[in-house]
Amino acid sequence: MSKKQALAGITRREALLLAAGASMVVAGGVVLGGGAAHADQKMIDDALMKLIGDKKPIDGKISLDLPQIAENGNTVPVGVTVDSPMTADNYVKAVHLFADGNPSPEVASLFFTVMSGKASASTRMRLAKTQNIIAVAEMSDGSTYRAKQEVKVTIGGCGG
Amino acid sequence: MAKNVKPRVRVPKKAAKGDIVEIKTLISHKMESGRRKGKDGKLVPQSIINKVSVTFNGKPVFDADWHPAISANPYMSFFAKVEESGEFAFKWIDDDGSIYEKKAKITVA
Amino acid sequence: MNINWRDSAFFCAAIVALLSVFATSADAKDWGPYQVDDRRSGYTFMTDESRAMQADNFQNPGMLWVEQGADLWEKVEGKANKSCSTCHGESGESMKNVAVTYPVYDQATKKLQNVEQQINHCREKNMEAKPYKWESGEMLSMSTFINYQSLGTPVAVKTDGAAAPFFEKGKAFYNQRRGQLDMGCKHCHEDNPGGMIRANTLSQGQGNGFPTYRLKWQKVGSLHRRFRGCNKQVRAKPYGYGSDEYTNLELYVKSRGQGLPVETPAVRN
Repeated sequence: MSKKQALAGITRREALLLAAGASMVVAGGVVLGGGAAHADQKMIDDALMKLIGDKKPIDGKISLDLPQIAENGNTVPVGVTVDSPMTADNYVKAVHLFADGNPSPEVASLFFTVMSGKASASTRMRLAKTQNIIAVAEMSDGSTYRAKQEVKVTIGGCGG
Repeated sequence: MAKNVKPRVRVPKKAAKGDIVEIKTLISHKMESGRRKGKDGKLVPQSIINKVSVTFNGKPVFDADWHPAISANPYMSFFAKVEESGEFAFKWIDDDGSIYEKKAKITVA
Repeated sequence: MNINWRDSAFFCAAIVALLSVFATSADAKDWGPYQVDDRRSGYTFMTDESRAMQADNFQNPGMLWVEQGADLWEKVEGKANKSCSTCHGESGESMKNVAVTYPVYDQATKKLQNVEQQINHCREKNMEAKPYKWESGEMLSMSTFINYQSLGTPVAVKTDGAAAPFFEKGKAFYNQRRGQLDMGCKHCHEDNPGGMIRANTLSQGQGNGFPTYRLKWQKVGSLHRRFRGCNKQVRAKPYGYGSDEYTNLELYVKSRGQGLPVETPAVRN
């Protein structure tokens, strides 16, 4: 083997290894989200504390209308309905929506009144990746409820 | 004021007393999340509509606080129980202080 | 190092084919007007939620651009002191079903003219106003407004007569490999519609919904913008908005969807 061929061989092998290594680092970065790229449980607990104090919501009364797979993470339809007669002595005061995989978990807070007639609303939200949507409802008698549902969010296309 | 912000609302023209009607709202707004990098590589500052407020004949019906996770050109629908004829007033409040408004009447028999 | 970009592109697609568990295979469904023979609108490749967003005339975010267009229609601009409505009447009704034949051969410029170019032609020649910039809010609103007047009407472009040589150029562009990934439009949209590209479903690349509200753009965009994006994604240098290449391509793309209903403003991924 000539010197030139030997050098070429090593370079090519090294180049392939470097490429493989580099792509793994890149992939890792993407997977790990490069640092604080998503909310942790503490962020959600803190956000909830600000909104409802130290109440502990129990499962029930809330139904979430969400797609199983989001066509595109930047426009995901979400609907929330809370089972309630919506009378002056028994109505839903607020529903708070969180996305536990977003950089900040708060999505929206919806404030109903007796004049709402129905504790139901829908909107469209941005989701950074596959994650859970958490809804917490505050009732007029002080009780709180919660619901959780996963939405799959994918990267699409040849280039995103 | 953000450029070209146009609200549209859908309120039924007529309803019977005691009906619960669905109200739909849509507004053109970029909802700049504050997490996007501009062409210069720097983060574009947040600029969203952060509050929506709906009243009927002056009384509050429905309010919402919005965060950057709400999509661009935000859509929102909700319900209202109508006992009398009157006017819905919608307000969208921008981070920059601008207020966008729209009104819609309903006849209740 | 001898990297075969074609192989890497297919490798990418193959990996993703494994994810086809999520693929919405809608082959057996009756798509009504959204399918003509084996031509399928992009509508048929979307999820239920996105279809619902398009179908609801209120919810469809593209309608915000139609409304803007309606306002601009009445706006007096230019030295001739006219608005579109001065010549064409109010509410755009005179534009009903006009857009379905575009792009058309234009005698004056001796080449094809699409809706956007026609808008600027009118602005410059008849209104003596400044032309709109291609992808500006005004142009998109006006183009969406005009195309919207043909909602539901089948695309009916002419590919013969004076338009024939331009049609042929568009067809050649469609089939030509280009870019680092060495792919032509046909490789995705003719050979692989319904397949997966990462986690998106490939459509037939029809043009009947444009200008369209693209979820990725979070706004309405033109067909030429989409062409530029596609060219960039195979690492080819994109052509300019309103270029001859893209206008010719537009005629070929629309002819591939002959008979599909105009859906502007469509909602697409």
